[in-house]
Amino acid sequence: MTLIDLANPTKFLSLTARVLPWLAGATAILLLVGFYQAAMAPDDYQQGATVKIMFVHVPNAWLAMFVWGVMSLAALGTLVWRHPLADVAAKAAAPIGAAFTFLALVTGSLWGRPMWGTYWEWDARLTSVLILFLMYLGLMALWRAVDDPSRAARAAAVLTLVGAINLPIIKFSVDWWNTLHQPAAVLRMGGPSLDKAFLIPLLVMAVGFSLLFVTLHLAAMRNEILRRRVRSLQMMQASQQAA
Amino acid sequence: MTALAALIRRDIKIALRVGGGALIGVLFFLTVTVLMPFAIGPDLALLTRLGPAILWLGALLASLLMLDRLFTADHEDGSLDLIVMGRAPLELACAAKALAHWLAAGVPLIVATPALGLLLNLDAAATSAVALTLLVGTPALTFTGMIGAALAVTLHRGGLLLAVLVLPLSIPVLIFGVAASQAAISGPLSFGTPFSILCALSLVSLVVGPFAAAASLRHGLD
Amino acid sequence: MRLSGRQIDCIRGGRGVFSGLDFEASSGEVLAVVGPNGSGKTSLLRLIAGLLVPAGGSVVLEGGEAELTLPEQSHYLGHRDALKPALSVHENLSFWRDFLGGKVGDVSQCLTAVGLGHATHLPAAYLSAGQRRRLSIARLLVVRRPVWLLDEPTSALDTAGQDLFVGIMRDHLAGGGIIIAATHAPLGIGARELRMGGGK
Repeated sequence: MTLIDLANPTKFLSLTARVLPWLAGATAILLLVGFYQAAMAPDDYQQGATVKIMFVHVPNAWLAMFVWGVMSLAALGTLVWRHPLADVAAKAAAPIGAAFTFLALVTGSLWGRPMWGTYWEWDARLTSVLILFLMYLGLMALWRAVDDPSRAARAAAVLTLVGAINLPIIKFSVDWWNTLHQPAAVLRMGGPSLDKAFLIPLLVMAVGFSLLFVTLHLAAMRNEILRRRVRSLQMMQASQQAA
Repeated sequence: MTALAALIRRDIKIALRVGGGALIGVLFFLTVTVLMPFAIGPDLALLTRLGPAILWLGALLASLLMLDRLFTADHEDGSLDLIVMGRAPLELACAAKALAHWLAAGVPLIVATPALGLLLNLDAAATSAVALTLLVGTPALTFTGMIGAALAVTLHRGGLLLAVLVLPLSIPVLIFGVAASQAAISGPLSFGTPFSILCALSLVSLVVGPFAAAASLRHGLD
Repeated sequence: MRLSGRQIDCIRGGRGVFSGLDFEASSGEVLAVVGPNGSGKTSLLRLIAGLLVPAGGSVVLEGGEAELTLPEQSHYLGHRDALKPALSVHENLSFWRDFLGGKVGDVSQCLTAVGLGHATHLPAAYLSAGQRRRLSIARLLVVRRPVWLLDEPTSALDTAGQDLFVGIMRDHLAGGGIIIAATHAPLGIGARELRMGGGK
């Protein structure tokens, strides 16, 4: 199975129809195991039970960035290789990425609540994620604003790549802005010295959420392909003269 | 009445479908609000104090930017000619268009306010005060902005000219909107006085806006 | 019913387009407004439609409904189609039926009459230029107005469409309607000519 074979939307549809149930099943099992392990994990001696939010927050935050990476790759596919599925992949990924980013924001602010006393603190990490969320929403607005998908694809691809180049700059600026105003960082994660009891459930959850993304992404791509077929069928129907 | 109901239904449908811009306004509102702390600094106490002002400015700019298309789209495709010729009085048709615009573009801003209040560290009481003043005040923004939108169509200029025309007109709404929110949060004024004036401003604009817009459309189309 | 204009002057953008223009058309009659580009054909139609204010003179409709103005009794079919691409064909037409009001017909029937019966549920964005024009023409059918002001009505129509439109105009005239059409191409129907720009 090479990329060239996958380029044919019909082959893509039949292949994903076979793969999707297995993927969905694996996702469900991994997430169930992950949630169980997370529930069983010991409380943190400082943060108490709130540390368990980490098991959802960290995978979502990681996917928030990963999905932009996927979209950047798809954007290259659109602009450089003109791969027929690339813009489908890019379009399908945007709302899913936005959803993961939103979950990362919500879990982040819930996690911060007991420590900060407020739901939102202009903490450097959270703020960067918020900007990422805004960029996802902007991208989705761009997709929605243009009716013709191939025209929207070009514009979205350029925006995605510019975003990918800009994201580190934004992250750096926000860090700088934040330390300028707040010398003492509010939230420090355990860092790499994470205990095994936390590490294993976290890894299981990370893999589970990643599989969830793959499943949702493939399903959304199928929907997008079908939506485009409906669109071209409708255009064909419109061009027929009444008998 | 069917004519006006049809006009309202059509405008809302267009705003919500693919290519319509109803939700872009909310996104703009969100972005402007998020930008403010980068200029002011992440000092929560300061943001709380400035919160109502930031939200009001964001909502003002968002509703203004969306007004640009209120008549332009209809002018470009020729619909406006037919609306002017129609049997429904042009004043009422303008009011219907503004109402549809407020429902599709203004109400989402108000719905988004609580989430943005969270970012600015406003408590529930303060957020609801801002949301309430926005609910009462944004119709005034739409209905006065409509005059600018109508002028922009007849002058064949949109965008910045519209902003320059309309922004001064919206100063009273801004003053009393922010004043009422601040009064509800910290005093010392009573909430009632500025809030009543805000209501009065909205009611006046509901009357003046459609007449002024219709007058400029009626004599400006060519 | 008689539509007449007396000594009409039209000034646009400081430039006199035409002056001292007289015309008249009675029930069942077509007035074809012909002339070179820039002679003021579109201006005349927009002036009758009430979209332009004449610098002098007046347009009167005798025998119409007394409580309605001339624009309220007229259909204006301009260069622009007044269609919303985001709405379906059916939604576009039913909006104009509800908005324009008066004596109205059935939307689906009118769409079938102009050859768009197969596309009623499709977005108007998918229509070709000729089909968009057909959809605009359906507006003339779905709402009854005695005076039709048509600006290049047959442009973008294919031969079948033009034949169809001639039939539609004939029906309108037979019902006592008045048609004023600005045109370059022959309408395919017997018409009195009003030649514009001849004096210059």
